[in-house]
Amino acid sequence: MEAASVTRAPAPAGWRTNLATVAALMARAKNELLRVPGAAIPGVLAPTIFFLGLNGVFGSLIHLPGFDSGSYESFIVPVSMLQGAGFTGAAAGVNLARDYEQGWVDRLLVSPAPRWVLLGGNVLAASARAFIPATFVLAIGFLIGVQWPGLDGLIVCYLMVAAMAAVAACWGSMLALHYKSQSAAPLMQAGMMGLILLTPAYAPLELLQPWLEKVAEFNPVTHVVEAARQGFVGSVTWGETWPGLLAVAGLLGVLGALALREMRRTNA
Amino acid sequence: MSDLRTGARVVGALGARSIRQTFRRPQLISPIVVFPTLLLAIQTGGAGAGIELPGFPPVQSFLQFMLAGSMMQSMMLAGNSGGIAFAVDIEMGFTDRLFASPIPRFAIVLGRLAGTAALGLFASLWFLAIGLIFGAHIEGGIPGALLAIALITTSAIAVGGIGAAIALRTGSASVVQGLFPLVLVVLFLSSAFFPQELMVEPAKTIAEYNPFSFIVEGVREPIISGIDATQTLEAVAAIAGIILLGLGLSASALRHRLRTG
Repeated sequence: MEAASVTRAPAPAGWRTNLATVAALMARAKNELLRVPGAAIPGVLAPTIFFLGLNGVFGSLIHLPGFDSGSYESFIVPVSMLQGAGFTGAAAGVNLARDYEQGWVDRLLVSPAPRWVLLGGNVLAASARAFIPATFVLAIGFLIGVQWPGLDGLIVCYLMVAAMAAVAACWGSMLALHYKSQSAAPLMQAGMMGLILLTPAYAPLELLQPWLEKVAEFNPVTHVVEAARQGFVGSVTWGETWPGLLAVAGLLGVLGALALREMRRTNA
Repeated sequence: MSDLRTGARVVGALGARSIRQTFRRPQLISPIVVFPTLLLAIQTGGAGAGIELPGFPPVQSFLQFMLAGSMMQSMMLAGNSGGIAFAVDIEMGFTDRLFASPIPRFAIVLGRLAGTAALGLFASLWFLAIGLIFGAHIEGGIPGALLAIALITTSAIAVGGIGAAIALRTGSASVVQGLFPLVLVVLFLSSAFFPQELMVEPAKTIAEYNPFSFIVEGVREPIISGIDATQTLEAVAAIAGIILLGLGLSASALRHRLRTG
């Protein structure tokens, strides 16, 4: 009788079970961060160096006619926060490739958890982790004179940061599951770096070179950068916020679907 | 004489091995080619209007101005990648086997540096080709291009020496990899990407005394205006100083490793 109860098939996983699985995967990512704090340093350091470096090097661009901000540090800080999100998301992909190499992903794949839940745990953990570099860069920014973006500006900026980290994690996970090797790390990082910087990252759209202006016009991340930046260089408007929300939703939809397809193709 | 010939053959073989190693691993080649090329495109497109600022030196285009900075970035990352690969060799015991073989010890370090120099040469050719393809003029002509190539190649030996010293001292690839952000700091605090006079304090003052600013100006001058003896000599002096530092640190680290095992 007792043996029969042991071999009984588990109840179908409901949304509670799925949420618990996502939470467990996020907790694992948090534990990784607490146990190896040094692992988070490159993700924090790189955007901070870019922020301070770009400000020191290109700060005088604000003297160009047509530059719509009087403070380059305020103009560039949201870009560095998004860059931090991009690095963090790409790192989630690298970690997934490492987990695959070490056999951890195989164990997840034979579990009864749906594939989208496994992907969701990884992506949401990256979103949460992205707050660390973003907050560090912003704190440094305030120290050197970044203007207060207002509570609404701050909320929109952090929303874009979290969403961009999720986009980067989908991109990184897709590549990790496709190549099944940490060797794909440069592609994960370079892809995100290109996506975030081929926008009006360094100067307003009108001041970019014609070829970059064209690329930026078609790059959906331009709307994300502009939504994240609005509070730092002016006031927050719905007109500048919704294109950013639409862009991240579209990117998440496309890259999430591609990452999920790779995960479904991956056999344990 | 025979010892010298053997040493040269070992240096050649180890140098060739380190080049093959770099081109076979995406993690090593990507920072040398992909990131600096991507950054060159982004910075040229994003900050190109900067040449209209008062005080910007006369240049044909921002791409022409940026070529020297991109070569420097690629060369410095080649030095860092060389250090990482050297540390991996130490971690995997390959260097121990070299220590146990009847070859001169200095050849082990020089072999790695020869490989790094070749990657520096590759970086300078890569960026000159990109510049020429996208319409940048080399104002110093062929002699100017050769001077820029020579300065970048010897700078690679200088930076590679420091990378090799750290690899030998720590024997840890992750420690050498951790220097990657430092490369960016050194570059941002030099005149690699913008004229020093137009930079914002405190980067402006630091860039004035940064030896890498002297090197980048020495590489840039033949590209944007022509060969200038003073700037060339300043660049050579800066490179010589860093080579001496790198070789001194490498020799000391090598002795330490041989003593402690």
